[in-house]
Amino acid sequence: MATAATPAPPPDAARRPSLAVWKLASCDGCQLTLLDCEDELLALAERIDIAHFPEMSRRSVDGPYDVSLVEGSVTTAADAERIREIRAVSRHLVAIGACATAGGIQALRDFADIDEFVSVVYARPEYIDTLARATPAAAHVPVDFELRGCPIDRRQLLEVIGAFLAGRRPQIPSHSVCFECKARGTTCVTVAQGTPCLGPITHAGCGALCPAYDRGCYGCFGPKPDADLPALLPLLRRDGMDAPAVTRFLRTFNATAPGFAVPDGPGDDEPDREAAP
Amino acid sequence: MENVTPAAPTPDPATVLDRTGLDALIRELAARGYTVVGPTERNGAVVLAELAGADELPWGVGTDTDAGRYRTTARADGAAFAHSAGPQPWKRFLHPPRVREWSAERTDQELVFRAETSPAPSYAFLGVRPCDLRAIAVQDRVLAYGARPDSAYTARRRGAFIVAAECTEPGAACFCVSAGGGPAAGPGYDLVLTEVAEPGDHRFWARAGSERGAEVLAVLPGRHADSRTVNAARTAVDAARDRMGRSLPDVDLHALMAGSRGSAHWDDIAQRCLTCGNCTLVCPTCYCTTSEEVTDLTGDHAERWRRWDSCFDLDFSYLHGGPVRSTGADRYRQWLTHKLGTWHDQFGSSGCVGCGRCVVWCPVGIDLTKEIPVFAAERAESAAATGTAPEPRTAAPEHDGGLA
Repeated sequence: MATAATPAPPPDAARRPSLAVWKLASCDGCQLTLLDCEDELLALAERIDIAHFPEMSRRSVDGPYDVSLVEGSVTTAADAERIREIRAVSRHLVAIGACATAGGIQALRDFADIDEFVSVVYARPEYIDTLARATPAAAHVPVDFELRGCPIDRRQLLEVIGAFLAGRRPQIPSHSVCFECKARGTTCVTVAQGTPCLGPITHAGCGALCPAYDRGCYGCFGPKPDADLPALLPLLRRDGMDAPAVTRFLRTFNATAPGFAVPDGPGDDEPDREAAP
Repeated sequence: MENVTPAAPTPDPATVLDRTGLDALIRELAARGYTVVGPTERNGAVVLAELAGADELPWGVGTDTDAGRYRTTARADGAAFAHSAGPQPWKRFLHPPRVREWSAERTDQELVFRAETSPAPSYAFLGVRPCDLRAIAVQDRVLAYGARPDSAYTARRRGAFIVAAECTEPGAACFCVSAGGGPAAGPGYDLVLTEVAEPGDHRFWARAGSERGAEVLAVLPGRHADSRTVNAARTAVDAARDRMGRSLPDVDLHALMAGSRGSAHWDDIAQRCLTCGNCTLVCPTCYCTTSEEVTDLTGDHAERWRRWDSCFDLDFSYLHGGPVRSTGADRYRQWLTHKLGTWHDQFGSSGCVGCGRCVVWCPVGIDLTKEIPVFAAERAESAAATGTAPEPRTAAPEHDGGLA
């Protein structure tokens, strides 16, 4: 046991840092992860002033804010303007979830003709004002931290907020999901069962949930920084996926993340074209 | 440490156990306070898990392995220890994936640091294969013999009771003989079993390797060793020696790795490598860790955790400005060069025991026994071209296993 003098409190210790939660095009699942922190919510509210979080409270305090959590991708011109406004009132901006970090499931539009979608889907297409692509926050403004996942992981969200409060770097490893399978003692589903799995190229963070239930990882945390998809493609083929199946496997929540880009992959409007090896 | 104390002469213990005797062994170890861990079949693999009795052993489960492939098979002989190295190494228990090292509390007056004091679990490992017994000795040299022994490891290691099971069924990816080992158990065990899976007389020939091993053996029900059992056991182990599915080339790997640093073949391997880290995580000797310091929301409680890391993780070599080993070729070269080459300089032995896990559990099936000959051929070719002799075998002999 050792002791040391207590460091001087930070100058603004009397004031609780303020937190704002924002939503662009998204399903709300990631911001609800904050409300899911039931055991930690009281401690959180003591340490931090939740100043703007419409999903939780009608009370809204004007900015600027110390931390903004942004969920969702930019899919309209209005969103593109909003993300700039959010950035302007936020000391730290954290993008949360696959939409805010990679465009999300709505980025599947990027592979097709948006005008055709609008004309087919909506009774009054003229009411629809949308962009041709769904883009992450970082495509528009500088982002201080990106937290991956569809949805994000509760423990990781608390880690990011706790790290911010302590003024330290968040402990969010960027290695493969394989690390998490091995740490929890899960047998590799690809090697032992021939199950197609994106784990070797996917960013850790979920705790390797799917392989623990005998399923392959479907990449909801997006590619790890050095994802090597060409090395994985022969395995997916061996384990029974034809080219269109491989394309579908990669095009879910992080379809436009560069690490998941199918080499010469088809657009959704040309599903029969073979992906190159 | 005590587990290699030479066996005291004991008054002629029964040394041939049947299935009931094996069950009695598990129960005796549990009664002595050990958490008994051994092989059992789960989700299509022979994994290491806590055992309550011999029924949970993988009777009749064999393995069919290849590079990047593992399947369990049914064995007509009903053998319990005829599976090759599974997905987990024993380091999972001796050098766990996550360990808390210390915690700190802040009060109005002071910061108080507390070293982790929770008692180390006391394990009995049942069915440690000879390759894995050597791997434990390799990790002993790294984690227990250095200038600063690792307290978490040594506490677990000191308490561990090891029941080795000699190898009678090597797998297709096994190459322990060419890695300096073999199917017979070397030193370092408390008890060793050799399985004789004959129809109608399935038995295990047991010997003690330590005093406490002899004590346990003395209370087990069984019969005295007969020459038929001893001969059958020895024949099976001898036969296993010649049935290794793979081998490393008979060259000085220490010199080969040092001389192959600039080879273009690293790039060829990197084309196939996912840099997923699986090879290092299943390797029974890879020991690298990193530290994580975390705080809770109040900021008044902090903890330092140590977790497994891997030279395949980009962050592993992150220094000022970026990772030092940014490419897959850099990272694979680092791993293999350390494992087979610089490990000798650092710890006086190779880091590879030939268990074959890195071959089997690599999703894309990169096989060091296929890659090493490419480097060896390159070196031989360049030596021939320049008229110089290839490197003589100079690697230091490995010192024997076990904690002295």
